[in-house]
Amino acid sequence: MPDLRELYQEVILEHSKAPRNYREIGGANRKAEGFNPLCGDHYTVYAQMEGDTIRDVSFQGAGCAISKASASLMTQSVKGKTLAEFEGLFSKFHDMVTGHASAANRGEIGKLSVFAGVSEYPVRVKCATLAWHALNAALKGSQDSVSTE
Amino acid sequence: MSAAANRSSLGVAPLAAAGSATPYDVQKIRADFPILSQTVNGKPLIYLDNAATSQKPRAVIDAITRYYETTNANVHRGVHYLSQHATDEYESARETVRRFLNAAEPGEIIFVRGTTEGINLVAHSYGRLKIQAGDEILVTAMEHHSDIVPWQILAQEKSARLRVAPINEAGELLMEEFARLLGPRTKIVAVPHVSNALGTINPVREITRLAHEHGAVVLVDGAQAVPHIAVDVQALGADFYVFSSHKVYGPTGIGVLYGRSALLNAMPPYQSGGDMISSVTFEKTTYNKLPHKFEAGTPDIAGVIALGAAINYVNGIGIDRIAAHECELLAYATEVISAAPHVRIVGKAKEKAGVLSFVMDDVHPHDIGTILDQEGIAIRTGHHCAQPVMARFGVPATARASFALYNTREEIEALAAALRKVREVFA
Repeated sequence: MPDLRELYQEVILEHSKAPRNYREIGGANRKAEGFNPLCGDHYTVYAQMEGDTIRDVSFQGAGCAISKASASLMTQSVKGKTLAEFEGLFSKFHDMVTGHASAANRGEIGKLSVFAGVSEYPVRVKCATLAWHALNAALKGSQDSVSTE
Repeated sequence: MSAAANRSSLGVAPLAAAGSATPYDVQKIRADFPILSQTVNGKPLIYLDNAATSQKPRAVIDAITRYYETTNANVHRGVHYLSQHATDEYESARETVRRFLNAAEPGEIIFVRGTTEGINLVAHSYGRLKIQAGDEILVTAMEHHSDIVPWQILAQEKSARLRVAPINEAGELLMEEFARLLGPRTKIVAVPHVSNALGTINPVREITRLAHEHGAVVLVDGAQAVPHIAVDVQALGADFYVFSSHKVYGPTGIGVLYGRSALLNAMPPYQSGGDMISSVTFEKTTYNKLPHKFEAGTPDIAGVIALGAAINYVNGIGIDRIAAHECELLAYATEVISAAPHVRIVGKAKEKAGVLSFVMDDVHPHDIGTILDQEGIAIRTGHHCAQPVMARFGVPATARASFALYNTREEIEALAAALRKVREVFA
C-alpha cells in the first residue's frame, strides 16, 4: 500500500496552500484554459513569450492540492526556458507521474520530482498534468481549452 | 430525514413495518453481498458510494447465472419451450416492477437502459409531439445533468424555453417560486424525487398537483428515490417516473420508464425495429401495443429478470424498514460529520434520503477521496453530474457519502475517523 506522505509531500502541500505565480498576466501573448470536467478542476495559464523563450508564466483557478501544486511548481520550473526545453521537461514529468521514468531521469527535473508519488495513484495523473497540458496548448497557440478527461 | 409524520405529504406509503418485532439484522444482510467481504488497501471495504451505484446481493447475481444456464432464449418470438419460459420470466419481472411502483397496468412499465434513456425517450417522443415554439419546460436548480440536457436540446430544437425553479440555502425547492413559474405555456415539468447531490426529498405530490392545474405533465427522476423510500406513482400523481436498476441493487444497463397509458398510447415510438410492430409492409407499419411499442429490438432479458430479483430482495426486507435504517444512518452521519473539524454539510433539507454531501475547508474533495480510499472507504468526489447545484452553493465539487441498506454505524464512525486523518495530512 502506497504511503500517503509519498503523494502529499510537504512541498506539494505548501505549494497548494500558497501557490507561486498565482496571478493574471495582463496582455499575455499566450493563454489557455485547462479543465477536468469530471472533477471540476479548472485553471487558466498565462505566458509571455519573447521569441522562443518563456519570459513570464502564471496561472489562476481552482482544483485539488495535486493539480494546484503542480501548476505552481510548473510555473517556477519553466520560466526562462525555451519552447524546446519546456517540451523536454513536460515529457520527463509525464513519464515520471505515469511511472515510466527511471530514477536517473528524476534527478533531471529538480523539485518536480516531488510528484513521483503520483505514479502510485493512476487516477490522480490527470490532476498532476492538467496545468502542463494547458500550458502546452497555450504555447502552441491553441485557442481551445484542454481537458484531461 | 423523513419522519413518519411527514410521509403522507411526500407521497410515501406509511410505515407498514412500524412496530414490527423483527430487528433489522444488518450483519445478516451484509452476508448477502459477496463484494462487501473484501479488503481494499489492506482495510475492510467501506462502500459509501451507493448513490453512484449499489452493490448486488447474491440473489441478483444468481438470477443472471440461472437465466443463462437454464432459460436463455429470445422473448416474444418463439413457440418453443425456452422462448416461452424466458418470456414468462421477463413479463413476470415487469409485473414485479408494476407492483413496486403501484402502476395501474403492466403496459405502463417500459424497460429502458436506465434513467437517462427513460428521460431521453420522453423528451424525444412526448416532447417532440407536444412542445411548440414559445412553450416552456420547467426543471429545478437541483437537477442531474441527465434531467437538464435532454430538455435543453428539445427546447433549442423547438424554440421553447427551459425555466429553472430555484432552491434555498438548505437545498429545498422554493415552492412559491416554483408555483409562480408555472403558467399556460408550461407543458412539461421535470423534477428529481430525491436530489443526487443534496439528498433533498422533493414534495412530488404537491408539485404534480400544481403542474396539473396548468395542464403540464410531470416527469419524476426517481433514480435516487427508489432505493430509499416507498414509491407509489399513482399517489404521487406522476405522469412519468424513471429509475435505474443498478441503484436499487440490480444490474447496470437496465432501467424503467413508467408512463400513464393514455400518454404512452398517444406517443410515437422512440426507436423502431423488431418487437415494436404489429405488422410491417413496405408501405405501412402498424405499431405494437404497450409496452412493446417502446421496446424495439431484443432487450436485456437477463437484466430485466435480475432487476425483478433485486426488487424481490428489497421487498423481502421491506422498503419501509430499509428507509428507517437508512434514515437513522443519515441522522447519525450528519451528527458525526458535522462534528468533524472544518467540515460543512452541503444540503440541509428537512426531508432527506440517502445522501450526505460535504466540503472541508482548504481541502479539495479529490484529496479527501484519495485519503479515504487509503482507509478502504469509497465515497464520490466531484460535481456529481450536477454542476448547477455546485454553482448554486459556490463550491467546485463536494465529497459525498451515500448510504444503502447494508451500511452500518461502525462504517460511519470509520468515515469520521478518516476525515480526522485528512485533517492531519493537511494540517
